Amino acid sequence: MSDKPTPVLRESATFDRLTIQEIQRAAETGIYDIRGGGTKRKLPHFDDLLLLGASMSRYPLEGYREKCGTDVVLGTRFAKKPIHLKIPVTIAGMSFGALSAQAKEALGRGASIAGTSTTTGDGGMTPEERGQSQTLVYQYLPSRYGMNPDDLRKADAIEIVLGQGAKPGGGGMLLGMKVTERVAGMRTLPIGVDQRSACRHPDWTGPDDLAIKIAEIREITDWEKPIYVKIGASRPYYDVKLAIKAGADVIVLDGMQGGTAATQEVFIEHVGIPILAAIPPAVQALQEMDMHRKVQLIVSGGIRTGADVAKAMAMGADAVAIGTAALIALGDNHPRLDEELKKIGSAAGYYDDWQNGQDPAGITTQNPELSRRLDPVEAGRRLANYLRVLVLEAQTMARACGKSHLHNLDPEDLVALTVEAAAMARVPLAGTNWVPGQGF
Amino acid sequence: MNKFDLATDSVRELNQALHDQAKELTEREWHVSNPGGKHNLVVGVNEALSIDIDGHAGYYCAGMNQKATVTVHGNVGVGVAENMMSGVVRVKGSASQAAGATAHGGLLVIEGDAGARCGISMKGVDIVVGGSIGHMSCFMAQAGRLVVCGDAGDALGDSLYETRIYVKGTVKSLGSDCIEKEMRAEHLDELKELLHRAGFNEDPASFKRYGSSRQLYNFKVDNASAY
Repeated sequence: MSDKPTPVLRESATFDRLTIQEIQRAAETGIYDIRGGGTKRKLPHFDDLLLLGASMSRYPLEGYREKCGTDVVLGTRFAKKPIHLKIPVTIAGMSFGALSAQAKEALGRGASIAGTSTTTGDGGMTPEERGQSQTLVYQYLPSRYGMNPDDLRKADAIEIVLGQGAKPGGGGMLLGMKVTERVAGMRTLPIGVDQRSACRHPDWTGPDDLAIKIAEIREITDWEKPIYVKIGASRPYYDVKLAIKAGADVIVLDGMQGGTAATQEVFIEHVGIPILAAIPPAVQALQEMDMHRKVQLIVSGGIRTGADVAKAMAMGADAVAIGTAALIALGDNHPRLDEELKKIGSAAGYYDDWQNGQDPAGITTQNPELSRRLDPVEAGRRLANYLRVLVLEAQTMARACGKSHLHNLDPEDLVALTVEAAAMARVPLAGTNWVPGQGF
Repeated sequence: MNKFDLATDSVRELNQALHDQAKELTEREWHVSNPGGKHNLVVGVNEALSIDIDGHAGYYCAGMNQKATVTVHGNVGVGVAENMMSGVVRVKGSASQAAGATAHGGLLVIEGDAGARCGISMKGVDIVVGGSIGHMSCFMAQAGRLVVCGDAGDALGDSLYETRIYVKGTVKSLGSDCIEKEMRAEHLDELKELLHRAGFNEDPASFKRYGSSRQLYNFKVDNASAY
């Protein structure tokens, strides 16, 4: 036996194995990597915040006895028919095309059971989705695939999409394997093309034009429906102010942890800012224009638990939206799919090739054999269960903070665990009165 | 005839009155005076009405039109007949940018010139322009026909899908994946019919046809420089 120590291999922090693999992949293929989902890097997030429960200076509400309200009204600024949701957790926009018809139906079913809204995506509104969604938000995107005034009138609200957190400034894509006859027909495209979606709206540029565009949609729908404006988080202070000026009823702010059906990996990981850093400037913008709680703020990007919901609302959001978590609740990345996922080069818990249409869960696919695997009723029930848990968890924490409604949570209920999170969330570092950037 | 005077009536009142026709049709002929370049005139109409606008209109005139025949006796701003589904919109003057943007159906006639991005992302509409059009027209256009009796600006038909483009005059430059194509008999017939419907007395044989070479329909490494 040798006395020599076993050599320890040292991995480069700069050229780690993933980086080396990506350089090798790029050299082999000559094209960037495309995948689904959101950023995988560790970012300052809600986990870096803590809620301060009640003690001597605050008193809590009885956990199972005293009421803690959860409802939210969206679109009170101008719409004749604002939306009243039972819970402040909505389902984010995801397209039929990116998702199977069964998955869209399941989202509608689950959201309706739980008393919340779901949202269309690029590619238009399907009958399955409209039929099963008690409250449906119709997205108005740069591509205008499938956009038509009949569906506009059928919607309960309209969301003008300027960007999404996974790719602010980027257009969408749907690769050819998912552009089936039905998807292509709805989007007026040849079957099997790698569909590109524009990154800018075709008929307006800038906030002054947006004001006219919002007025047009209001005119077409007789001022009945709330108009949301969705922003990918990058410069939220200015974007929120401009959206308010343009006449938005509701701002949807999507952080970089938000998912996508298909985007370049480099885009997902390197563009935009975390939702934790985006909420305070957005709330500041609303407050400075005396519009906080008058123009409602929905935030998204990495919402997973009731704690995330409570913290987001304490930071000033009126509601949150979930996308990736909703797909997981439907059955995405389930351990029972591990063997099948390994056959396509992934594993349960890691699967992000939502762009390629091979999802064994039947969610991010247009393959009829795969999509048939998803039972919309059962998947909808799972989503409803998950939504209930999110709300129960958020209520539990709100009551512990002495709040009779989730909207009564406020920044004074929060502290941060790290200097970075304290600076971004604009709350004190735990155990101190210090908010970085706001003096001592 | 139902008459609206936008010197005294509001755009909201006009649009609501037009929308109410979809529920109970009481008047087919409509006349709008003193439009004054106002935005969002006669948007979201969903009935076979005949509407004359006596003057200039602003942004999104006749936006999302269904079934109606709208005639603007003047010029129009950005996005005339945007996302139109059916019907006819005729502009006696010229149009600003994004005329007929994303429109799915119907006929848009512009007797004068159209600005940049005419027919951008069009999805089935027919557009006939008596004069010339600006740059980036038919960008990402998916379906339908664009006829231009004058000239076309830079980057015509960039990233084109299945829209067919006919231009009589010069094309300053073609966009990525847009090429000149053979004018066959069926195209001459189609063009003749479009010119006739639009009311232009032009010889179809004097036009050239442009369309997609379909090289960018699927991502290929070798095409990276085209984007």
